[in-house]
Amino acid sequence: MADTVLPAALTQHKRRTVKTVRPRTWIILLGLLTAVLVAVFMTIDLRGNLGYILPRRAIKIGSMLLVAYAVGVSTVLFQTVTANRILTPSIMGFDALYMLIQTGLTFAIGGQALLSMGAPARFVIEVMLMVAFSFLLYRWLFTGGGKSLHLMLLVGIVFGTMFRGISSLLQRLIDPSEFIILQDLFFASFNNVDGLLLAVSALAVAAASIPIWRMRRELDVLALGRDTALNLGVNHRGAVTTVLMVCAVLVAVSTALVGPITFFGLLVASLAYLLCSHFRHTFVLPIAVLLGAIALVGGQLVLEQVFSFDTALSIVIEFAGGLLFIALLLKGSVK
Amino acid sequence: MIHVSGVSKTYGTQTVVDDVSCYIKDGGITSIIGPNGAGKSTLLSMVSRLLPMDAGAVTIDGLDVSKTAGKELARKMAILRQDNQLTVRLTVRDLVGFGRFPHNNGRPTANDKAHIEQALEYLDLTSMADKFVDELSGGQRQRAFIAMVLAQDTDYLLLDEPLNNLDMKHSVEMMRLLRRLTDELGKTVVLVIHDINFASCYSDSIIAMRSGRLVHQGPPAQIMHAEVLRDVYEIDIRIEEIEGNRIGVYFA
Repeated sequence: MADTVLPAALTQHKRRTVKTVRPRTWIILLGLLTAVLVAVFMTIDLRGNLGYILPRRAIKIGSMLLVAYAVGVSTVLFQTVTANRILTPSIMGFDALYMLIQTGLTFAIGGQALLSMGAPARFVIEVMLMVAFSFLLYRWLFTGGGKSLHLMLLVGIVFGTMFRGISSLLQRLIDPSEFIILQDLFFASFNNVDGLLLAVSALAVAAASIPIWRMRRELDVLALGRDTALNLGVNHRGAVTTVLMVCAVLVAVSTALVGPITFFGLLVASLAYLLCSHFRHTFVLPIAVLLGAIALVGGQLVLEQVFSFDTALSIVIEFAGGLLFIALLLKGSVK
Repeated sequence: MIHVSGVSKTYGTQTVVDDVSCYIKDGGITSIIGPNGAGKSTLLSMVSRLLPMDAGAVTIDGLDVSKTAGKELARKMAILRQDNQLTVRLTVRDLVGFGRFPHNNGRPTANDKAHIEQALEYLDLTSMADKFVDELSGGQRQRAFIAMVLAQDTDYLLLDEPLNNLDMKHSVEMMRLLRRLTDELGKTVVLVIHDINFASCYSDSIIAMRSGRLVHQGPPAQIMHAEVLRDVYEIDIRIEEIEGNRIGVYFA
């Protein structure tokens, strides 16, 4: 078409009619709500030794925000490169893989050796193994064309079941005292996060975010599907590999901090698509992260203050997420 | 010029495209015809680097499609497959805007805007530019995708069954549009098409395939003969000349 331009066409350009709340407004609103919730969480019922309580609460908040970030970003990215709205890293068995790596390490070098290594060193080794294994196991599935969503879903379920099966076999084989150490790792919750582990996790998440920030515009194109992305000159194979590696790191972080949460990502990503009328990742990603933060901090707050028990948050989230998953399947979004 | 040399594709024991070689000249419309399963779409996918080839090579203006950077090829050649499903909710204008990605890396300029509006205009989509793609009919969606590859502003346009989903009126309009693109803008259009009469009326050259092999190539006047078409489709097709076009009659 060269540069021959029809000026008449330009004048016909109509502004997009704003029917819904604009994404930027959503980001500001949700950001404010998150800030308020965090402030309430830090200050509510503040009695006794502040020097003891405040750092503990800060670690708790920090780990919740980090998990919200890791889960929100990894789910949206994963759905983008697989061009669907149902699969998430958890559904594909990523967190089961991470737990298998934890179990395998305990089995191989022993629980005591693992503990004496210290949380940061252990975490770094686990993340490296996680990235390597997800590269080997998942790359073939997502880089080629023409794989149906049903096949991918099936592979994910088979992988997840297999990883959990091997994990539980190894857990039966190890020494009972080592099993208790392992159980401590698995039943991690926001109440017993290690400060040092949180710092290392934050570093890992920051490092994983750099490539994503750099490819933020390519991500919008990747969401159009493999063929269209290739047509528009995006290195599909390379981009999908990068995203998979980033997802592996992010899933490792969230699983290390709170254990596996299968449907949380699906929940926040679906809500984010619903709220955000614009497809760009620069809008969808922050909205998903903020929604996650609100769900975790707000949920934790309600459970602690209103119901005065604090281990059931994941159950509530899993219940709501599971219902949504079934609804999405029934709605026929699986193509 | 597109040069296909010795291209093959095998799935398991089945050879889908078998040692195909041909030249596609610059300018004009080249139609790839043939029965179902002849390997037409597979060939087009390999030419457009959507599918890796098992043997052979394809060059476009001297650029080897298997080795050239994706972005460079994306400014030279655009490919549109059939049934494009979108999981993202986009307006028509946003979709067409993606066609500019190889040029602007996602940072639109005034020049890009002009290209987008021009592509919308060409496909008669200006009035529905702010509608969401999932609100459109099949034919309108097809045109929106064509507008996207048009905004890509490439010398070569590869289309896999662009008449899919289109009724007679829109099919004719689509073929006229492709004709205009080649005549007015000097583009080279290669398409896979099922209707031999559209191929006959609008193409400059026809490539006929059967069971993975290229069996005939030439201008419509050379391909539109009962014996040639029997060789391709294994049915008898009577050829009538109507207003200078050779039309195949195969309905009864």
